[in-house]
Formats: sequence, structure tokens, C-alpha cells
Amino acid sequence: MMEPTVALLTTMALPLAAFVLCLLTPNHHNIRDGGTFIISILLLGCVLNVLSHFNAGTSIEYEALAFQPGLSIAFSVEPLGMVFALVASSLWIATHVYGIGYMRGNKEQKHARFFACFAFAIFATIGIAFSANLLTLFLFYELLTISTYPLVAHKENDAAKKGARTYLGILMGTSIVFLLTAVVWSYSIAGTLDFKPGGMLPTTLNPMFTAVLLALFAFGIGKAALMPFHRWLPAAMVAPTPVSALLHAVAVVKAGVFSMLKVGVYVFGIDNLASTGASQWLMWLAAFSILAASIIAMAQDNLKRRLAYSTISQLSYITFGVALATSMGAIGGGLHIVTHAFGKITLFMCAGAIYVATHKTNISEMRGLGKTMPFTFIAFGIGSLSIIGLPPFAGSWSKWMLLVAAADTGQIIMIGVLMVSSILNVAYLIPIFARGFFSPATGTGSKAVNADMPWREKLMEAPLLVVLPPCLTAIGCIVLFFYADTIVDFLNPIALAPSLETNNG
Amino acid sequence: MLSFVSAHSPLLAIVIPLISAPLCMLFGNRTVAFTISTLAVAASFALSIYLLWWVKDGTVLSYHIGGWAPPLGIEYRVDTANAFVLLIVSAMGLLTLPYARTSITDEIDENHHTLFYACYMLCFTGLMGVTITGDAFNVFVFLEISSLSTYVLVALGAKKDKRALSAAYDYLVLGTIGATFFVIGLGFIYMATGTLNMVDLSQRLPAISDSRTVRAGFALIVIGMGLKVAVYPLHRWLPGAYTYSPSAVSVFLASTATKVALYVIIRFMFSVYSARFGFEAVTFQYVILPLALVAMFGASFVAVYQINLKRMLAYSSVSQIGYMLLGLSLLNVEGVSGAFVHMFNHAMTKGALFMAVGAIVFRTGSAMLPNMAGLGKQMPWTSAAIVIGGLSLIGVPSSAGFVSKWVLMSAAFERDWWLIAFLIVGSSLIAVVYVWRVIEVLYLQQPNKDVVVKEAPLSLLVPTWILIITTLWFGLHADFAIGFATTAAENLIQGGFGGKEVIILGVESR
Repeated sequence: MMEPTVALLTTMALPLAAFVLCLLTPNHHNIRDGGTFIISILLLGCVLNVLSHFNAGTSIEYEALAFQPGLSIAFSVEPLGMVFALVASSLWIATHVYGIGYMRGNKEQKHARFFACFAFAIFATIGIAFSANLLTLFLFYELLTISTYPLVAHKENDAAKKGARTYLGILMGTSIVFLLTAVVWSYSIAGTLDFKPGGMLPTTLNPMFTAVLLALFAFGIGKAALMPFHRWLPAAMVAPTPVSALLHAVAVVKAGVFSMLKVGVYVFGIDNLASTGASQWLMWLAAFSILAASIIAMAQDNLKRRLAYSTISQLSYITFGVALATSMGAIGGGLHIVTHAFGKITLFMCAGAIYVATHKTNISEMRGLGKTMPFTFIAFGIGSLSIIGLPPFAGSWSKWMLLVAAADTGQIIMIGVLMVSSILNVAYLIPIFARGFFSPATGTGSKAVNADMPWREKLMEAPLLVVLPPCLTAIGCIVLFFYADTIVDFLNPIALAPSLETNNG
Repeated sequence: MLSFVSAHSPLLAIVIPLISAPLCMLFGNRTVAFTISTLAVAASFALSIYLLWWVKDGTVLSYHIGGWAPPLGIEYRVDTANAFVLLIVSAMGLLTLPYARTSITDEIDENHHTLFYACYMLCFTGLMGVTITGDAFNVFVFLEISSLSTYVLVALGAKKDKRALSAAYDYLVLGTIGATFFVIGLGFIYMATGTLNMVDLSQRLPAISDSRTVRAGFALIVIGMGLKVAVYPLHRWLPGAYTYSPSAVSVFLASTATKVALYVIIRFMFSVYSARFGFEAVTFQYVILPLALVAMFGASFVAVYQINLKRMLAYSSVSQIGYMLLGLSLLNVEGVSGAFVHMFNHAMTKGALFMAVGAIVFRTGSAMLPNMAGLGKQMPWTSAAIVIGGLSLIGVPSSAGFVSKWVLMSAAFERDWWLIAFLIVGSSLIAVVYVWRVIEVLYLQQPNKDVVVKEAPLSLLVPTWILIITTLWFGLHADFAIGFATTAAENLIQGGFGGKEVIILGVESR
């Protein structure tokens, strides 16, 4: 066991070490990939170490720099961040393995730059997870944008450049114009930027101001892909699939909704939002995003684009949870971060596996592939069902909680929205999986398959390193179903804190 | 000895570089000239730090030259505001010299090297003198010293590109017009008050602040200095001068010259005229503030379309000057300190960027963007410097540029000018565009395979990276610049020349 603060800092030092290692070994593929793999496992161990300290009730805080009173670069551990760090670090291992297989199997260029930026993005993600104030959050938020830019532009062709431009333009643009303004404004109102249970801003703030400030935050955190600032997500799909998988299903987008949760819980305070009604409009916008993105997803033939729009829709569930302004909503949102991460990363990794094995990107070309790639497609099916929210898969719990939260607040229309959305999810995810197994194979490229061939010979799976990770995360989707209550219990304090506060004060 | 240096430190900081200029010509050997000027600038730098530490709590030093008490004698007056600017100028002067030694071998004829050092030292002396002096006419004298030598320095770029001559000529004409306006303005206030000592002026002006002569004087001074600052419509000399002058000159000018002129405006505005309210304040809110906003957007837009990287950086400078003017126009402590913080941060950032571009020019012979395709691989350190410098221009957190933006935005919020705060961030969006154009060319375009470009020599890389590291360092340790800037701004906003206490230095008064 390490000292609590040391462990906290090590969680950030490890990905940085991986970053340096990757830069130093541009031509030693095995050393670099192996070393980074070891570091990723160490990171998970280290995060677990922080968790055990946290569970023991130690308060873990570290202030790196202080400029002025109330302005500092500081880190602290709280339940939401702990969960986010756990998700990011555990999925880093899976994606790193997958990335090795994908980059080699696909003969991509510039491995060192790729893995270096990848590690740096993890560093930024962990920094976001453990940030103790808005300034630190903003710092790492921007670092995450910058470090993922080379990953999106990785292929260096015109499409990649264009996609990367959109990616950077929207993410940096919104964060500079709206988020920075919101942060400076909050500072000028509250005189501090430290996250505080029950809300950092004074409750006496004019409701009108609260609504405007919330709008600045909601649109400023472009990574949460709230419409109309969602265009970067499909644009970023030009990136190699491991990037899409970890960064655009887990780290980047989750950093966005995680920041939204943090802002809702620790900057405004759930009770404050509920009493002023400042978040009503956000709830409607999130509901619109949920439905609109799902409908657009149905029209996409490119698999990764369809998944991207699905992500936009699912992210809005979390924003929706914040906007409901109930403790149930916030916790449901927190849980959805975890369950959606596992589900969506499975889907993306499967999409990549299909691409590596067959070089197919369009859904219409994937008929009958399930017979030659059963593992990939079964994993895809499990991921889909989890996203849709059917038991016994993890996604069912978070959707259930959000539904209950909506019912609690008496938002009948919102219940309808969530249910329609689930049906839409079925409509755009299940056909992929079903056609894979039940349609006859079409197109060229796949080898002739006879019914009487032994099953092993029928297989045309991608390399092991590419297929194994999605299978593992798919199993994770099932396992999480049974442990969801652990996470909920763990997250409970974020909702309890404000009521304690009001009782005392 | 030490007490002598201490007692005469304000004077020595100016006289040492001044004397070194003719010495450079006298010896006529470029190695000797380089050594002399480096030693002189280093001494000046050390003295600046010494002075800054002396006055950092708001103390004011008054040095009577030759023991002649003001208002008859010339006075050097050091407070936090100008000690901070002295530090910026001398630090940049010191870092530019070793860089210049290598970069001019390519850009300037060998028999002109000593001339370069001599002019550089005169320019340096002029800028330092403008900053330190407490005598209004003395400002004009030093201003001309620095301007005249700058014209020569810009023209020295003619070996590489003949357009340097016309750029220098433009600058000469406009600079002279500016200086003339300034000196006419001085004449007006001299006519009204009968004195040229700034402390004296600040005491006599309030009584006659309604006089048309005094107001006209203010307008002339602001316009004259505005030309030197490159306030938006008066900026026409700047892009040419920065683009065609030798790299080292671009570095030094971009990071110091406009800032010193801006300091003069600040000094006249707050200390001499005590312009918290009234005519002067109105001028700033209704004339300078809109111009600053136009600069922030207009010049940035123009920068987006430049294919010469030095020219792009020059337009970016015009827009960054807009930020500083904006800070001033807010007329509150946060705003003025934001202007000072941005002077400091922008000097580092722009200096580093011009150095990096100069290194590319040194290796490839051109600052044109299309010729830089794929340089990220061939000149990794130089390119990385451009990336970090560019991020600081945008104002990404952990870089110095972020700190200035933060302070300026807080200042706007403090006055409840939401729109201004929005415009500040809006303008940095355009910076994203022009910076990212360069990054795409450097990293995402295929290099020309026939041309092998080596990484820049260490003598160019080391100064560049020192600046890059300080950019990051002061981006995180923001309290350094903010501390000095706030003390300076608090004193300035009060108006006049008061301070915590005034210490009189130099030989005994006669």
C-alpha cells in the first residue's frame, strides 16, 4: 500500500511515464507496447489502491500549485471521480491490447506517436477524474482535446484532416468561448472554484443568472456532445478504431458528461437546480438530443457513424440525469457512465474487428458475417442489448434509475421519451446483429462457406488480440449487471451530501 | 563599490549599454562586439532585477542625474510598473543576443555585423531609457534613439530581401510622424504648465484639466505613441517591419518595442494625467476600446490569410496589442494589471515564436508556409516550439497566454461587461484557426523528399526553448507576473506618482 497522496499522484505519473516511453522508443515495437501494457496494469492497481484508501475513509487531497486564494491546481478524490478513473484505467488495458492488435493487423503507420498520444490522453482523463476544482478540470479538459487531435488526424489524408479540424474546432471553440467564460464568471461570483458538495455557487444567485450560467456550462462542455454541438463526434470517426473505442466511447465523451455531472452536483448543487428550475430547459434539450440522435443513427449505413450517433444519444441520457435535478437522476447518470462505457466500447471494438478481418465499414455489407465471425458478433449482440437496456445486461440498471427519476419528478413526457428512445435503440442496433447471423452472406471478399465444413474452418475472425478484448468487455457488461448496486452505494454520498449540508445549516 | 552600484543602479542600467554601442564600432570585430554587448545587456538585466526587487512592494526610487534636483534636472523614476517593463526589455534583450549571433551570419553581410551590434545596443538603450525616465522630454530623446537605430536594424534585412528597405522607409516615415505628434503634444502641455518633469506635471495638470491646450496635448501624445504601439488603424508599418527585418530583430522588436510604447501611454494616461475619470477616461472608453476590439478581430482575421509566417505573427501581434489596450480601457486595477501581465506573457510567447520561425528561415531560407510542409519530422524541436508557442497565443491553460486571458476576463466581469468578456474569448477562436493552419502544415503534410533539412543549431534552439519553458513555467506560476502587475496597477490607478515611500538616490543635491 502506498501513501494516499503518493498513490493519487502515481495514477497521473504512470500514464505520463508511458507517454515518455513511447516517445523514446519509436522503433522498438515490442518494448514500447509491452512496457505500456505493464504500465496500464500498474495504473489499474494504483487506482484500486486509491480506492481502498478512499473506502477506508481517508480524505485524499493534494494541492500542486496555488496562484491566488481560490485559484489552484489541486486534486482530490470523490465518488464520481473515483468511478470514472476506475472505468478509464480498466478499459485502457483492454483498448491497449486491442490497439496493438489493430495497429499491427491493419499495418497502420507511426505507432509511437499513436501510443504516446493515447497515453497522454489517459493522463488527461485521470487528471479530469481527480480534479478538485474547475480550473484543474478545465486545464485537463483542454489537454485532452489537444492530445487526441493527433489521434483523430492519424491517417493524415484529406478526410482525416477535415475530420480532425471539425473535432478540434468544435471542442476547442466551445470550451474557449462558453466554458472558459463560465469558469471565469463562476469565479467572479463565488470567489472560489473548489468543488463543494451542495454547490459552490451561492444559493442566493438570481435564477435567471443560474440558467444562463448553466447554459454556458452545458454548451461549453462540448465533449458531452449535446446538440447542436455534436458534429465533432461523427467527424472524429475517421480515427483508427481503438481511438474511437477508448476515446470516443469512453475517455473523451465521458470526460464531457462527467464534467456535466460535476458541474451539476458540485458547482450548482442538485437542490439549487431543483429549487430554481434553472435546468428545465436543459432537460428538454437533452430529451431532444436523445431522440434526434437516435433517429439520425437509424439512417447511417457506416457502422462507426451509426455508433457515433448512438453515443450522442446515450450521452444525453446522462445530461438528462443532471437536468432532472434529483439525486436519483444524478446517480443514474453516474451509473450510466459506467454501463454505457462497457457497452459502447464493446461495440466499437467489434466494429474494428470486422474492419481488420474484412475491411468492411458499411452495415449493408455485413450480412451473414456472423457465421464466419461468431465471437465478434456475439460480443456485439451483448453490447447492443446492454445499450438498449435489457436485463441481464448492465445498461438496464442505469436506464431504470433514470426512468424512475423521471417518474419521481412527475415528468410523464420524459418517461415517454426514454421509452421511445429504447425502441429506437432496438431498431438501429439489433438489425446489425440479426442480419449477421440470419442473412445469407453477400458481397465479395468472404470465402465460400459450406454448411458441412467443421466450425473451426468456417472462422474468419480477426487476430486474437483484436477479438479477445471485446469479448472481455462484453462479459464485463454481464458482470456489471450483478454489481450495479455496489456502484450505486458507492455513488450515494454525492446525493446525500447536499441534504446533510442543508440539515446542518 | 557595491553601495556605489546600488546608489546609481537606475543610471547604470542605461549608461552601460549606451557606452557599449560606440565601443562595438570602435573595436570593429564582431566577436568582441558580441562579447561587449552581451556583457552590457547582462549587467543591465542584473540591475533591472535588482531594481524590481527593490520596488516590488510599491516603493518608488527617484534618481537625480548629476545631483540636479528636478524639475530642473532630469529625474529617473523607478516604480513597480516600469521596473517590470525594464525586466521584460532587458531579459528579452539578453536572450536575443546569443540567438542573433548565429542567425545574422546568414542574414547580414559580415562587414555589417559590428554595425548590427552597435545599433542593437542603441535600440536597447533607447527602450530602457524611455521606460526608466521621469522626464517627459527625455522620453522623446530616448524614443528617437531607439527609433533611429530600429530603422537601421530593419533595413539590415536587405541582404536577404530588398523589401526590407521599403519596410524600413515606411517605418521611418510613420515613426517620425508619431514622434512629431508626441513632441507637439509635449509642447502643448509645456506651454500650459511650464514644466516637463512628470511628477511636476501630474501636480499642475489637474487644476487646468479643462483647458483645451492640455486636452489637445493628451490627444497628440496618445496618437503619437499609438503609432509606435501600432494601435489598430496606425499599425501599417508593423507587418512590413517585422516580416523583412532579420530574424533576431523581429524577435527583439516584437517582444519589446510596442510594449515600451504602450508603457508610455499608460504612464501619461494614469500618472501624468490621472485619467481615472473625465476627458481622458472617455477617450479610452469610446475611442481606444472600440479600436482595441477591432484590432483583436480584424488583425486576427488578416493573420489567418497570411502565407508568410513572420507576417502572420506580425498581424497576430497587432491583435494581441488589442488585448493590452482593452485591459487599459477597462480603467480598473484588474484591467491595467491584465495589460501588464499580457505584456510580459506576450513578450515571451511572441519572442519564442519569432525565434522558432527564424530557426526555420535559417535552415530553409524561407518563412513561407507552403515551404514548411512536413517540417515537424525534420525539425522536431523547432516545430514543437511553434506548437507550444501557438497554444500560448490561443491561451490554452498551463501556458502563459491563458493567464493573461484569465486576468483580462476577470477584469471585464468585474466591471460587469459581459459582452467584452465574450469578445475576448471569441477573438482567441480566430487564433485557433491561424495557429492550427501552421500545425497542419508542419505535421500533416508530406515533406518534400528531395530536400533534407537539418534541425536548427543549438545556439538558436536553446534561447527558443528557454522562452518556451518560461512560457509554461509562468503559465503555471502565474502569481509572479500577477503580483507585480497588481502592485503596479494599484499605484497607477491612484494617479500621480505616489508610492509607499520615495527614496532619493544619486549624489547629493547641489
